[in-house]
Amino acid sequence: MTAIQENLAHVVDDHADHHHEHPSWLAHHFDDAEQQYDSGKLGMWLFLVTEVLFFSGMFCAYALYRNRNPEVFEFCSSFLNEKLGAINTGVLLFSSLTMAWAVRAAQLRQHQLLVGMLGATLGCAAIFLGVKAVEYSHKMEIGLLPGKLYVAQLDGAHGPHKGYLEFICTVPAIVTALCAFYAIYAFATKSLFHQRVAGPMLVAGLCFFGGVGLGQYLEAQEEASKGHGGHAAGHEHHAMVDGHVDHGSHEHAAAPESVHAAETKTAAEIAASAATAMGGTPNVYVSPTELKTPNADVNQRSMAGLFFSIYYCMTGVHAIHIIGGMIVITWLIVKAAREEFHEQYFGPVDNVGLYWHLVDFIWIYLFPLLYLIT
Amino acid sequence: MAQTTTSEHNHDAHAGHGHHEHGFSHPMPIWMLLSVFFALLFLTGLTVFQAQFDLGNAEIWASLTIATIKAALVILFFMHLLWDKPLNAIVILGSLIFVALFLGFTLMDAEGYRENLIYNSTIEASQPVVVPVDPITGAAVPAVAAP
Repeated sequence: MTAIQENLAHVVDDHADHHHEHPSWLAHHFDDAEQQYDSGKLGMWLFLVTEVLFFSGMFCAYALYRNRNPEVFEFCSSFLNEKLGAINTGVLLFSSLTMAWAVRAAQLRQHQLLVGMLGATLGCAAIFLGVKAVEYSHKMEIGLLPGKLYVAQLDGAHGPHKGYLEFICTVPAIVTALCAFYAIYAFATKSLFHQRVAGPMLVAGLCFFGGVGLGQYLEAQEEASKGHGGHAAGHEHHAMVDGHVDHGSHEHAAAPESVHAAETKTAAEIAASAATAMGGTPNVYVSPTELKTPNADVNQRSMAGLFFSIYYCMTGVHAIHIIGGMIVITWLIVKAAREEFHEQYFGPVDNVGLYWHLVDFIWIYLFPLLYLIT
Repeated sequence: MAQTTTSEHNHDAHAGHGHHEHGFSHPMPIWMLLSVFFALLFLTGLTVFQAQFDLGNAEIWASLTIATIKAALVILFFMHLLWDKPLNAIVILGSLIFVALFLGFTLMDAEGYRENLIYNSTIEASQPVVVPVDPITGAAVPAVAAP
C-alpha cells in the first residue's frame, strides 16, 4: 500500500519538475536537460576563448614580423601554393557545413544522417590533412624550412631530399589499415553498430590518401608551370620579363618582340631540357613575378627562415587541432551509431561542432594572411 | 512495479511530445545552412580574386575585412550565436576585445622601428645589397646565407 503510494508520489513529482527520475543521459547534478546543455555550452565557449587567445599569440608574432619586414612576406608567400590553400579552405568550409548539419540531425533524431554528416566531416578533415602533407613535404624537399634550417633559394646547391611524404604518410597508412581491419571485422560479424562506426572511419582514412593524390596532382601542375617559367627566366631574358605563372604565357611574354617569339620559346625549352639532362635540380626557384634576381636580402635564414618558422608554427598548430577534432568526431560517431542523441541531449555534437567551427574560423584568417600576399 | 513502468512510459511520451517544438533545441533550416555555406565559398573566391591585384597597403585590410565577414558568418550561423544565450556572446566578444588590445598594444610602437628596416626594393640588383652591420663583430651580415 505504502509502496504504491510512494510510486504514485514519484510519478507526480516526476511530472512536476523532473527531479528524481534522471535518464541515463542526464548527469545527476543537473536539474534538467536544458541546464545540462547550457552549462556544457558555456564551458565550451570558455574553452574557445582560451583557444582564441592562444592563437592570438601567434597572430601577434605574425603581425609584428610582417609589419617590420613586409618584403619577406611578399617573397615567401610566392612559395606557398595558392591553389592548394584555396582548395583546403573550401574543404574546411564544407566540413563546417556538414558539422552544422550534423547538429541539426542530432536535434531531429535523424540517426543515419547524423552518422553520415559526422563521417563527411571526418573525411573532409582527412582530405585537408592529406593536402597539407603534400604541401609540407614539398617545402621540406626544396629546403623551405623554419629558422636556421632554411636553405636559401636560387642557389640550387642543395640536393633534393626525397621521402618526406612517405614518412608523413606512414602513420595515416597504419591508421587506415587498422580501420580496414575493423571494417572487415564489422562486416564479418554483421554488427550494424560496428559497420556504422567502421564505415566512416575507413572512408576518412582513404580520404587522406585522396587528399594526398589531389595535392600531388596540383603541386605537380604548379611545379610544371613554375619550373618552366623559372628556367626560362634563368636563361632567357625576355621570357623572364613577363613570365607569368600560367602555361600559355610564353607567347604573351614575347609579344612585344613577336619576331623572336618562336625563337624564345624554343630557346627556353632547350635550356629547360638541358638543365634536366645535366641532372640539374628542377627545384631551383626563380619567382616568376620578379623582374630581377634580387631577394638576396630576404632570401636568408634570418629573414625567410623566420617567415617559415611562423608558417610552420601556425599551420602546424592548426593541423594538430584538426587531428584533435578528428578524434572527438570519431567518438561522436560511436555515440551516434548507438543512437544516443535526441532533442534533449545533443550537447556533445553541438560542442564538438563549436570547436570544429573555431578551427575553421582560424583557417579563414590563416589562408589570406599566409597564402594571398602580393 | 507496474506503476514505475507507467511513469517511465509517461516520461518517454512527454519527451516525444516535446519533439514538435524540439524543446530548447533550435534546428537550423537546411536552406539557411546551405546559403551560409555558399556565401562563404563566394567570399573565399572573392578574396582569391582580390589577391590578384596589388593594392599596396590596402591589401591587408581588404583581405582582413573579407576574412572577418566570413568569420562573422561562421560564428553567427554555424555556431548559432544569433540564437544563443547572450552570456555566450559576451564571453566570445570579450575574448576578441582582448585580442584587439593585445595586438594593438604590441603594434603601437611598431612605427618607431621604421628607420632600422632593411627595405631596398629600389636598389638595383646589380648593386651590392646594403645590409646592416653586425652589432657585435662589426662585419657586414652576408647577403645570402650559406646553405
